[in-house]
Amino acid sequence: MKYSEQWLREWVPVAVSTQELCDQLTNAGLEVEGTAGVAGEFSEVVVAKITAVEPHPNASRLSLCRVDDGVGSATVVCGAPNASVGLVSAFARVGAVLPDGTVIGRSELRGVVSEGMLLSALELGLDSAADGILELDAELECGTDLRVALGLDDVVIDIDLTPNRGDALSIRGLAREIGVLNRLPVRVPRIDAVRADTDTEFRVEVANTAGCPRYLGRVIEGVDLSRPAPWWIRERLRRSGLRPIDAAVDVTNYVLLELGQPMHAFDLDQLSGGIVVRNGRRGESMTLLDGHHVEVDETVLLITDHNGPVALAGVMGGERSGVGTATCNVFLECAYFSPQTTAATSRRFGINSDAAYRYARGVDHQLQATAMERATRLLVDIAGGRPGPVVEAVSEKDLPRANRVALRKSRLDHLVGEEIPVEEVERILDSLELSPSWAGDGDDLVWTTTSPSHRFDIAREEDLVEEVLRIHGYDAIDTRVPIVPLPLGRARVNELLDTRLKDLLVDLGYAEAITYSFIDPKVADLFDPGGDPVSVVNPVSSEHAVMRTSLLPGLVTALRTNLSRQAARVRLFETGQCFRKEADGLAQLTLCGGVLFGPREREGWAHDRNRVDFFDVKGDVERLFALGGLDVAFAKAADPVLHPGQAAVVLVDGEPAGRFGRLHPEVETVLELPGGVYVFELEGDAVLARRRRRHGFVSRQPSVRRDLALVLDRAVPAASIESIVRSRLGEMLAEFTFFDVYAGEGIDSNEKSVAIGLTFQHGSRTLTDTEIAQHLDDMLLDLKSRLGVRLR
Amino acid sequence: MNVDGIEKAALTAVDAATDELSLDEARVRYLGRRGELTVLLRSLGGMDAAERPAAGARINAAKVRLQQAIERRRNALAAEQLEQELAEEAVDVTLPGRSRPGGSLHPITMTFRRIERIFEAAGYDVVSGPEIEDEYHNFEALNIPADHPARAMHDTLYLDNGMLLRTHTSPVQIRTMEAHPPPIRVICPGRVYRKDNMDASHSPMFHQVEGLVVDEGIAFADLKGAVVDFVHGFFEQDLGVRFRPSYFPFTEPSAEVDVQCVHCFGDGCQACGQSGWTEVLGCGMVHPSVLANVGIDTERYTGFAFGFGVDRFATLFYEIDDMRLLFDNELRFLEQFA
Repeated sequence: MKYSEQWLREWVPVAVSTQELCDQLTNAGLEVEGTAGVAGEFSEVVVAKITAVEPHPNASRLSLCRVDDGVGSATVVCGAPNASVGLVSAFARVGAVLPDGTVIGRSELRGVVSEGMLLSALELGLDSAADGILELDAELECGTDLRVALGLDDVVIDIDLTPNRGDALSIRGLAREIGVLNRLPVRVPRIDAVRADTDTEFRVEVANTAGCPRYLGRVIEGVDLSRPAPWWIRERLRRSGLRPIDAAVDVTNYVLLELGQPMHAFDLDQLSGGIVVRNGRRGESMTLLDGHHVEVDETVLLITDHNGPVALAGVMGGERSGVGTATCNVFLECAYFSPQTTAATSRRFGINSDAAYRYARGVDHQLQATAMERATRLLVDIAGGRPGPVVEAVSEKDLPRANRVALRKSRLDHLVGEEIPVEEVERILDSLELSPSWAGDGDDLVWTTTSPSHRFDIAREEDLVEEVLRIHGYDAIDTRVPIVPLPLGRARVNELLDTRLKDLLVDLGYAEAITYSFIDPKVADLFDPGGDPVSVVNPVSSEHAVMRTSLLPGLVTALRTNLSRQAARVRLFETGQCFRKEADGLAQLTLCGGVLFGPREREGWAHDRNRVDFFDVKGDVERLFALGGLDVAFAKAADPVLHPGQAAVVLVDGEPAGRFGRLHPEVETVLELPGGVYVFELEGDAVLARRRRRHGFVSRQPSVRRDLALVLDRAVPAASIESIVRSRLGEMLAEFTFFDVYAGEGIDSNEKSVAIGLTFQHGSRTLTDTEIAQHLDDMLLDLKSRLGVRLR
Repeated sequence: MNVDGIEKAALTAVDAATDELSLDEARVRYLGRRGELTVLLRSLGGMDAAERPAAGARINAAKVRLQQAIERRRNALAAEQLEQELAEEAVDVTLPGRSRPGGSLHPITMTFRRIERIFEAAGYDVVSGPEIEDEYHNFEALNIPADHPARAMHDTLYLDNGMLLRTHTSPVQIRTMEAHPPPIRVICPGRVYRKDNMDASHSPMFHQVEGLVVDEGIAFADLKGAVVDFVHGFFEQDLGVRFRPSYFPFTEPSAEVDVQCVHCFGDGCQACGQSGWTEVLGCGMVHPSVLANVGIDTERYTGFAFGFGVDRFATLFYEIDDMRLLFDNELRFLEQFA
């Protein structure tokens, strides 16, 4: 809320500077977001009256105004449409400096000398637009400095109030707080009841007393709303961030700002029968003052007349019964609506009006009569009219109770961590109007407080602790370090930390990415065809509308970003949660994914120029699983996102734990990516599982190496050869390697040559050539019979 | 007998040898089985017996000298050869080495690690929770019922399965207290979501760390101590720390914490909006309703909680001026943190 500092100081005349005042408020939990002047910087501008207006001899759209500036009279050339005899306005004398730096001189306009300038709100930095010169109250004395006359040396203090401090959403409320902080009483203006001039009443009935415990209504007949509210009211509204509308609305808004009580003015002639405060009925609808049409039902509290809804209670009035400049008879509403009811309506229709904002945070439930009198007085003074008696419908049992809350001294000191003197506590509770009574003494001292009607946020002991601490000052409390026992945890040998995983990926050349968890549904479908992702009901944009089931859409999108910015060699990884609907609910899996593209090495005089291929991504996946040391197998996979000939699944204990390979060329085409994008995506749990290492046996016997070149059908996977070789040779095989794979010239077109290197070593003796040869023969027979392998 | 002449010729031949082969040829010519000095020595048999010893000694002395000369020449040639080989093997040490460049951790991850290291060293456990949450853990258990005005501060993103994207890491507080009795000392790092537009200082997805300590005798003064120590630890400087009363439904009393601006140290600059302070953290004493919701005895135990935006700490620490850079994943940005 925006507060005029001048207005606040009228209520509580503190001696502190603006900056000190702002610091006080911020340090008491009412955070000052900013301050701003209410007008631009200018000088030599005074109040002046137009005494005569004549047409300009040489220009049809200009006029010559005689202006009385208190000292003498001057002739001014003016182009404003509202320049008229008797108008009191702002006059810049010759020599005046305007906010934009313009210096007013004696200037000739179309052959006539202008001895100064009449000014608009725009030119004075009072407003962002203007359609004529300023229209001031006629009572202002000519020649008075405009800054003084209008109180323009004022500051608007913008405070970001937390939801619990609805009590401070008014000049009255904030002044009360400033009074507490400065130990000063608040000067509450005297508000007397306005005598009823007529007997005219408009019947009020409340059907839902829980939603509306109190409703006051008053008829004022014969008002004249054709003239705007006086300048001082409109100016205070403007400084508080509200736009002036007409006298009736301006008065209710003024009371809202001053006292914190939302009010509504109905055009009585548009109401029929009487007011009924009730819940809506299915099928009812209404058009609101802002032009929106809303359909209501049984859950919405309405103000209705005998023709149907006329307002959403506490939120916004309806178009049908709104006041206008032609309105003669007004019905003023001043009610207490429950915070829950108003908040629900406000949230349901997405309307955050000034009234709803205050009702949802709580309005003083004893304020309605005072506010009604204040508004009546102002409206009658401005627009005339004859007020009728105030009609009140109240349900005492539904009004909030005055909370009685106990505060134990021992609890206060315990929660704060040090002792706050008893006198200080009592001074604070008193100043907050919490009417403390006390019992017991020493550590058993207990205060019992009763909240005033404007404080509805004090419900339990901790709320009082906060109030005491807040006024005492958070910075007054010494810091200390928590003293706790220091039990030791257990080392966990079977778990890798994800820091190790990330560090390895970084060492392998990957940059870590963080992509959005909500992605474009089109891209999601491309990577998970026919999948059923969790969708966001109210997404920030249609491109962030479904939750990812995989990291690959985000990573591939990041690859595109980098390619579009001329990167040639890209390696990115991400770890993060992905979300999959499953039969028994939702799975939130942590996955680790990566994307590789471009040259294997960075460009360099000593580097090869090859591009990454399947075995680069596989090598990195193998390195990741080597961290944990579990037995991992790889198999060809059928994966719609991957190239059918370059797709693999990782198996840990026979269970799928990830996939990798080349992106399917069709996916590459749809995403307008160049060919040759390689990806991997692994389950976090599987990569982070770790085998406990144990010492086995290291042989010291000499080893013998045998190399064999095998020829076999192209389709036979290399893993089958290794598996047969290993099972045949058993423990004497110390090392196995595929040292060459060849297809092409010299080899049948449907065959390949695979060269394997075998290192033999026995645990306790030297192996003989004969015995190795015998084993190799047996092994080759097996390879031949099972895989059709022959020696090259 | 021209011993001197032969020796002179032989020494000349040795000196003229340019490699191992020509040196060996010279050796064979003079010292080989049919070499000139060998033949000369053999011819002594026909000489007068009285002259024989002296002549033999002269020839042998010449042989020794020649052998020594050959050895010297061989060594010289080997040294020359080595020198030549070394010269040929010389490289340009200023050319770049052969390696693959390393990658980089995301600045958010690095910030998480700084934070975790500080708290783990003090005995806090690091725990995590789901990003898709239910209303109960995200709001109700934290004392934020439906239609509470505080919900408006959250701008929640709702999901079609009736759940929501957690708006803060505070639900992990609840999950931790549901699973473990006090004493509790944890931090909960994680990703959170709000319906914010993306701009230089906002993102619909960002990161938080939540801290929770519940034990007997925990007071507001302990909270202040923990927060001040953390700020000093993170920024590695004794910056000013200011506690302001604030409001969170799940703490009471509640505070916002401002830290002296890391750019101007309180003098006021553009980064801190001339205030000299940067708002970095919210905290407070755990609300008794929250403790009661998880069945903790509020008379016996008290606790404090704090939460802060990791992205804010990261952008301050690494001097990143636009939050969008964090999620753009451009390599030129990321590789700065290698």
